[in-house]
Amino acid sequence: MSSVDVQPPVSEARTSPGFVALFRIEMLLALRKRADIANPLLFFVTVLALLPLGVGPEPDLLAKMAPGMIWVMALLATMLSQESLFRGDFEDGTLEQLTLLPQPLYFAVLAKSLVHWVATGLPLALLSPLLALMLNLPVEGYLCLFISLFLGTASLSLIGAIGAALTVALRRPGLLLALIVMPLYVPVLIFGTGAVQAAIDGYAYSAQLAILAALLAAAAALAPLAAAGAIRISLDN
Amino acid sequence: MAWQWFHRLGSPRWFYQKTNVWLPWLALASVVLLSVGTVWGLGFAPEDAKQGNSYRIIFIHVPAAFLALAGYYIMAISGAIGLIWKMKLSFAVMRAAAPIGAVLTFISLFTGAVWGKPTWGTYWVWDARITSMLILLFLYIGVMALSQAVSREQVADKASALLALVGTVNIPIIYKSVDWWFTLHQPATIRLTESSSIDPSMFYPLLTMIIGFYCMYAWTLLTHTRALLLRREVRTQWAQQELAGGK
Repeated sequence: MSSVDVQPPVSEARTSPGFVALFRIEMLLALRKRADIANPLLFFVTVLALLPLGVGPEPDLLAKMAPGMIWVMALLATMLSQESLFRGDFEDGTLEQLTLLPQPLYFAVLAKSLVHWVATGLPLALLSPLLALMLNLPVEGYLCLFISLFLGTASLSLIGAIGAALTVALRRPGLLLALIVMPLYVPVLIFGTGAVQAAIDGYAYSAQLAILAALLAAAAALAPLAAAGAIRISLDN
Repeated sequence: MAWQWFHRLGSPRWFYQKTNVWLPWLALASVVLLSVGTVWGLGFAPEDAKQGNSYRIIFIHVPAAFLALAGYYIMAISGAIGLIWKMKLSFAVMRAAAPIGAVLTFISLFTGAVWGKPTWGTYWVWDARITSMLILLFLYIGVMALSQAVSREQVADKASALLALVGTVNIPIIYKSVDWWFTLHQPATIRLTESSSIDPSMFYPLLTMIIGFYCMYAWTLLTHTRALLLRREVRTQWAQQELAGGK
């Protein structure tokens, strides 16, 4: 990240080149740290494996709990991986450099959130049918589970960036981050599990997915703004 | 430069001395209204046709719930004012409002649970209102935890103000989504009686209690804010004078 060119401020700040460059750098960094991609997935699978051990292996019971459990676990996996979203950049000073870019900080946060989603949310969504199979989720729910996680985890990445930005200067933000971010995750969780439940029960679920997409649009527009403000506040520390 | 110094210092001091006059009146009003409302509501208001005497808890439950919500907006708006105009005073109001609001939210949840047992037969229902109040409590606690965790006061002020604002955007969404989730999963078998359908003989003591709670809220908020301001401004001359004055 140290090779980011700081261009002289121009009157018309070009947004897209900065965004693309940042996205590419972040993506490269994420791919180099494969363990960081694997860990949330392993967490997701491990905790879900604990569920049958906890409640018993009855297929009916598992099928009933599957949509909610898969969603809650995806939510936890996203949140736990979010702690390090700005941490490395904060510690080596890159975050301060990013605030000095001629492009608004909004695009830097958007790029980082997007990479976070590609590295955690997208694999979780791709993995979800396998877990659905293990938890005996009815087949009608598979597609809906995938789409709802696909849309929902992107919102979670964006919303969680606010919490990560607010707590980046703290030494051990883990539980505090959870406390801050969890209430904000509630709508996504409700519509995500609602969609899957509707699909299993044989109802139309496009409305829930549309609301999830609307939440994503709102989060993409607003959450990076709030997170950018939070980064500026945290850097004052 | 001199003006800026004056402005920064002057605002908390002006507030502190101004509210000195208000406090006794607010205290008096809240004590009178709350005692009248309590005696009227618990002793003299008629029994409810269906719920008997157990309904009387609304005289505490409803005002607390009102102020738990209003308190969040007071907190968020003063946080926003602080972020926009960099006012010390409004940050102090925001910090003072968080614990008060959390306590009121807890009171409304607790009284709701106590009321729920005789009327619904259970302490807890995942009803839309109850659930969103619970999440409101978490939002309050989040703001408080964040402001405690950040060691530098100014950064803590700004960070918790931002979090309060983000929560403001979320409250309507959370309420609507929980409402929608509830109606999907179970039909509306339980409905809280709407205050519009309440009998005047019950409504007036309730109104007295609500106004009394507002007065008490203002009183508590002012006292908290004043204490916070004194602590923050302890090095300034006026704070030293106030402290030496044996208040």
